[in-house]
Amino acid sequence: MFDLVSFIPRAVAQGVPLMLGSTGETLTQKSGNLNLGLPGVMYVGAICGVIGSFMYETSGADMNALLAVGIPVLCCLAGSLLMGLLYCFLTVTLRANQNVTGLAMTTFGVGFGNFFGGSLIKLTDSEVPSIALSATSSYFKATLPFADDLGWFGELFLSYGALTYIAIIIALVCSHFLKRTRPGLNLRAVGEDPATADAAGIDVTRYKYKATCVGCMIAGLGGLYYVMDYASGVWSNDAFGDRGWLAIALVIFTMWRPAVSIFASILFGGLYILYLYVPTGMNLAAKELYKMLPYLVTIAVLIIVSLRKSRENEPPRHLGLAYFREER
Amino acid sequence: MNNEKVRVPLVHISRRAALPWYKAWGIRAAAIVLALVVCGVVTTLLTGEDPIALYLSMIEGAFGTSRRVWVLMQNVAILLCISLAVTPAFKMRFWNIGGEGQVLVGCLATAACMITLDEVLPNWLLIITMLLASLLAGGLWGLIPAFFKARWNTNETLFTLMMNYVAIQLVAFFIIIWESPKGSGNVGIINQQTQAGWLPQVGPNRYMLNILIVALLTVAMYVYLKYSKHGYEIAVVGESERTARYVGIKVERVIMRTVVISGALCGLAGFLLVAGTDHTITTTLSDNRGFTAVMVSWLAKFSPVFMVLTSLLIVFLDRGAGEIATDFGLNQAFGDIITGIILFFIIGCEFFITYRLHFRGHRAKGAAENV
Repeated sequence: MFDLVSFIPRAVAQGVPLMLGSTGETLTQKSGNLNLGLPGVMYVGAICGVIGSFMYETSGADMNALLAVGIPVLCCLAGSLLMGLLYCFLTVTLRANQNVTGLAMTTFGVGFGNFFGGSLIKLTDSEVPSIALSATSSYFKATLPFADDLGWFGELFLSYGALTYIAIIIALVCSHFLKRTRPGLNLRAVGEDPATADAAGIDVTRYKYKATCVGCMIAGLGGLYYVMDYASGVWSNDAFGDRGWLAIALVIFTMWRPAVSIFASILFGGLYILYLYVPTGMNLAAKELYKMLPYLVTIAVLIIVSLRKSRENEPPRHLGLAYFREER
Repeated sequence: MNNEKVRVPLVHISRRAALPWYKAWGIRAAAIVLALVVCGVVTTLLTGEDPIALYLSMIEGAFGTSRRVWVLMQNVAILLCISLAVTPAFKMRFWNIGGEGQVLVGCLATAACMITLDEVLPNWLLIITMLLASLLAGGLWGLIPAFFKARWNTNETLFTLMMNYVAIQLVAFFIIIWESPKGSGNVGIINQQTQAGWLPQVGPNRYMLNILIVALLTVAMYVYLKYSKHGYEIAVVGESERTARYVGIKVERVIMRTVVISGALCGLAGFLLVAGTDHTITTTLSDNRGFTAVMVSWLAKFSPVFMVLTSLLIVFLDRGAGEIATDFGLNQAFGDIITGIILFFIIGCEFFITYRLHFRGHRAKGAAENV
């Protein structure tokens, strides 16, 4: 029988990196930047957190809960902020092609993650056999003390580390920001029609920089969650896989609504691991076909959105294009 | 009129009319040199070695022995083939980042023919069937997103991206069906005894045939884009869809036709990989070349001739950095970091080719130093 109580927490655990990634990318895309470098950003965020906490764990100092969580989070935010700044500098200030810049950032970011993941031990001359930050991970995975006593309710709603709840809060705040605040309205205007926004006195460049950098930082946290919480602090190269691309797919799936992404990412997380739960017996090949599901669903949504042509579900009009005031 | 009170911005940017080609390539060369300096600094920081010695070791790693030169040429040929394949679509502003998937289905079709038809058909017919199957499979993988793009303007960047993963899982599915020995999780060398469906060796090296085919393809693509009616239609649709409609070009048909060609040539790359060199199939056979090809094509400004140079640059960096990584016991992903840094510089320098900076007070001309 299909075991929902064990399925849903695993779907959520798969979904959180996607949720953070897609929330960040939504914010970025609303400013008109199609950041295909997202997978790279998430890798860099993850590895920067790992480097930070690796240094801290191997320094020999007594572990302090605040520092053990604070150092990786700050390193992760700093690393992904730098990636965001790089993307903005190239595409907004230097008006480079966004697709090419994004792909180059993905090459660089994934390489950066795998390189430091594979060489960190050698570079720091330490004597541990592999990167397993179980001490740091235990702080990230800490749940409420009474969660285990509440049966299925605790299992479904309270069995997650703090980053899960933070991810949901970030998604809700972003949703509120985009829909209900003045700067959010300005940001949407920049993504729809930067020339009009510029004429209305909105600083287009500043909005693009801020939205993209904050978006990258949020996405970077997704990478950090994956290593510290989902993978229990164990870094293995290429383990993060194609989740960055899935996060971009989710942005379209949710039609640029961060609040919807909370459920959508859990749904995608569920699709991602559904093959483990479908009774196929010894037929391993069929499991590979089940792994196609998230991508097929995204394709279906893409097609349906383009068929319906409703104005609310359209991408930001100026998505993927650079803005230059003197080119009208 | 009081001019002192008017606030003049520090930098004023305007579009250049056109830069003579030697100046444009001068700026690009300067950017590459700067990037190499930065890469040298980064490498020195990580390994603590003399950067000049490191670059010599990179050259050694890429060109050191005749075997290495052949491997380098083979890698350039495959990357160039995929880059050529995606180029017509890009010229039409169709962002086909599904090269990866189109190559993989090409590999899959080739392998399927090799495995199922090796005892049915004579070898020459088998190879022709494999070739046609791979072209057809790649073309189909391109046609699906192109159809939706042409009919309903579905976003092709994301559609082709998702098709990559569908292709990867499809390959994973067939690998489990064909795996030999059972349970090993890979297909192994196909038809190792009979060599049925293997491309014959031409000239001194088994990579020679692939290199020749891609060289021919380069010339053909140059002619196709520059001198054929199709090439002209692609350019018009890319510059302005409305103009294209106005002059009576059937935009939908051009989009579908071009992307099918693009996908089919990616399929050809898959054919060359499976039948020409690897004789096996894995999900990573394409090795992210579908994405790298996007950058190769763009860096060469969609010109097939310059693509030879840019793909050589990328493959050289990759293999050279791999050599450094092996020498110092570092991870092979080092090559990606070096490639990434160089790409950032080349991407950034395009700005100084298209635009001109005017500084407050005096008029600065070339600003390549500011890359």
